[in-house]
Amino acid sequence: MRLILAILFALIPLAGIADERVNSFTLDNGLQVVVIEDHRAPVVVHMVWYRVGAADEVSGESGLAHFLEHLMFKGTKTMPPGEFSKLVSAQGGSDNAFTSWDYTAYFQRVAADRLEMVMGMEADRMVNLTLAQGDVDTERNVILEERATRVESDPGGLFSEQRQAAMYLNHPYGRPIIGWRHEIQALGREAAMKFYKAHYAPDNAILVVAGDVTVDEVRRLADQYYGPIPARGGIHGRERPAEPPQIAERRVIMNDDRVGQPYLVRSYLAPSRQSGAQAEPAALTVLAQLLGGAGPNSELARALQFDSKIAVQTNAYYDPTGYDHSTFTLMVVPAPGVTLAEAEAAMDAALAKFLETGVKPEDFATIMARIKAQQIYALDSTMGVARRYGTALTSGLTIGDEIAWPEALEAVTPDQVMEAARKVLDRRQSTTGWLRKEADQ
Amino acid sequence: MIARLAAFLTLIALPVWAEVPVQEVKSPGGITAWLVEAPEIPFVALEIRFRGGAALDAPGKEGAVGLMAGLLEEGTGDLDAQGFAAARDALAASYRFGTGTDSVSVSARFLSENRDQAADLLRRAIVEPSFAAEALERVRAQILSSLRSDAQDPAVLASQAFDRVTFGDHVYARPTDGTLDSIASLTVADIKAAHMAALARDRVYVAAVGDISAANLGPMLDKLLGGLPQTGAPLPGPAKVDLHGQTVVEPFPGPQSVILFGHEGIRETDPDFFPAFVVSEILGGSRFGTRLMTEVREKRGLTYGIGAGLSIMDHAALVAGQVQTANATVKPTIDVIRAEWARIPEITQEELDAAKTYLTGAYPLRWDGNANIARALVGLQMDGYPIDYPAKRNGYIEAVTLADAQRAARKVFDPARLSFVVVGSPVGLDAQ
Repeated sequence: MRLILAILFALIPLAGIADERVNSFTLDNGLQVVVIEDHRAPVVVHMVWYRVGAADEVSGESGLAHFLEHLMFKGTKTMPPGEFSKLVSAQGGSDNAFTSWDYTAYFQRVAADRLEMVMGMEADRMVNLTLAQGDVDTERNVILEERATRVESDPGGLFSEQRQAAMYLNHPYGRPIIGWRHEIQALGREAAMKFYKAHYAPDNAILVVAGDVTVDEVRRLADQYYGPIPARGGIHGRERPAEPPQIAERRVIMNDDRVGQPYLVRSYLAPSRQSGAQAEPAALTVLAQLLGGAGPNSELARALQFDSKIAVQTNAYYDPTGYDHSTFTLMVVPAPGVTLAEAEAAMDAALAKFLETGVKPEDFATIMARIKAQQIYALDSTMGVARRYGTALTSGLTIGDEIAWPEALEAVTPDQVMEAARKVLDRRQSTTGWLRKEADQ
Repeated sequence: MIARLAAFLTLIALPVWAEVPVQEVKSPGGITAWLVEAPEIPFVALEIRFRGGAALDAPGKEGAVGLMAGLLEEGTGDLDAQGFAAARDALAASYRFGTGTDSVSVSARFLSENRDQAADLLRRAIVEPSFAAEALERVRAQILSSLRSDAQDPAVLASQAFDRVTFGDHVYARPTDGTLDSIASLTVADIKAAHMAALARDRVYVAAVGDISAANLGPMLDKLLGGLPQTGAPLPGPAKVDLHGQTVVEPFPGPQSVILFGHEGIRETDPDFFPAFVVSEILGGSRFGTRLMTEVREKRGLTYGIGAGLSIMDHAALVAGQVQTANATVKPTIDVIRAEWARIPEITQEELDAAKTYLTGAYPLRWDGNANIARALVGLQMDGYPIDYPAKRNGYIEAVTLADAQRAARKVFDPARLSFVVVGSPVGLDAQ
């Protein structure tokens, strides 16, 4: 089934592009399988997503989901440590893995006729992981170096971690995915195996295969390799501690001598896409584009970079997908001589004016055209499309929700944008961070 | 579009590109482009490169070409920056302008339904940019802000220090993005001069992949680029690589040090290029299972990642690598790298076969996605490869014998010249 689009872009509903090549079925053991056909190149992406991430860790064991992700390359009953990646690269393929709060995912990108090989190996490590103590100890050091590289060597990394923690009083989204250093140091083989046995099973996983494959072929191979793995059973919902309503705004002021350019970031707690209820997140997606995603014609850029020259850079972002909830974030880099307090006041003034005057119709039309085009350009990346489905399905959404998402975006009205803006842009539900040098008091 | 791969179960390189319709398109006005027609998604990815880039910056004007490229989307004719962005967004087109050491790149995506209008707006940006004083000040402030951040980023500092140590008084020694002083001093006249110097037809390379025919591409390119001057500024001469075994330490606070290492390398024109390339993959390719990843990360847990490889610029060729490790483990890490460098020629047939299988298998997987393919094709043109190179390239890898690899390893990789540049607070490491 080749994707052919002869009709003019303006005439086709977006949903028509996205869904006709997506198929799904579920094996008897509960493994959900998603197949996305894209025959432009003889390449396939094979991904297994587990419905478990950093937010599912036990308190005190931060970093365990990510630690296990690393250890999954350390061998099974029949495969020596490091052999997995070696065999994939011997075929010219690439493989890796990533962990978030809501999911842990493993992927390989190989020639389409190598699908069977990687599927066999991925199915093997779903149940047969073995861990040698020496490998666990070495990998803990690797992760401590990873933390030093990604977080501790960069004041922006530390700042982001501090803000994330401040945003949540109770929900584990406040925990760093990579883990706190002192807790990583205490992670061991037993904890990793326990986490593996509790969460890695076909009935807690999603298989996404995208590229030059057919549904029938994937079904045959999935039956053969994943089919025999018994369901774990008893894997229940992800009941994480709920966040109480936020009634007081929070502030994080971080001073670090390594800061070259001070900036401020404000994040508001925001709803995320829920199955069958995507209208508000769609409106917030459009709102983020209006405020910060449209370059020089974003509201914040106009007010702070063009009219007043208070800022050299502004931005707004919102990730609509998250199992429990999400955040809506604004960022301002002040011009030289402008304090963070002045920059924040200017940002608040721009937001207040926007909430009062509303969306300009011409801005709204332009943003909607952009969003539509982005959906077309996004189809160029098979891996990107596969990731979208994996993220959605590990975040409580269905394939139907993901297919309906472009329609939800298209259906957004200016009134919905303003309603969502008034609800979410409430400072009482926000955390504002300032990152500056010691001397910039 | 892209040929299906028949099985490459064996080591035999199949002509994977034999059926791929990469066409050479010569526009009526004389611009050459490589084209892959791919109508599946209703857009075209266009990749344009101008040879020269930041290496054309005059002394004291570092960053001029980069700032110029950053200003291309800041207004043209009656459109100011906001007007230009609104016009671009109304067409749902995407343009990105970038500057590297040796080139300025323009990456564009046009929807099929309004391709001609999107191309014309891009033409106005490239050929008739306003370079308004207001825009210059605004973008200058952004670049200064990012330079202030870079000045505190150990990875950026290490890269700049490595260039200074390596290239002495060649333009490659100077930072591509400029310095706080040079950027502060640039005038509209400097920007206009950089535009004349860098964007000319005698140095342009083009690839297009997507929903466009050869018949439509040629005239579009003539309209797009025909208004540029015929010739630009002369390119710099070859750079001397001054890496002779020294260790340079630049102190910087923080928990880790960034270590860059390497020495002079080898060009694609050298008969030992492919053997050396395979050897560099065995040593430090960007994946698990290479010697450096195995020894430094997998066995000892000294780092999150390490890689090394051949780095070929227009006017210099290096073997270079990078690693980040805790300050206390800088010395042991360097010791492992030195030990690995010394045993590079001890290549086994098994290692060679594994590297060849990886490289030949990975090559066809690169050609995925219109934008990726366009970037790859324009890169091949700039490096002087013929249009049938993709079909032949795996054969060159296959032809490398164990004797070739061992010879190239001894010829190219030299422990005596292996040099280290460290930015951080390394423990127990002496500069030499």
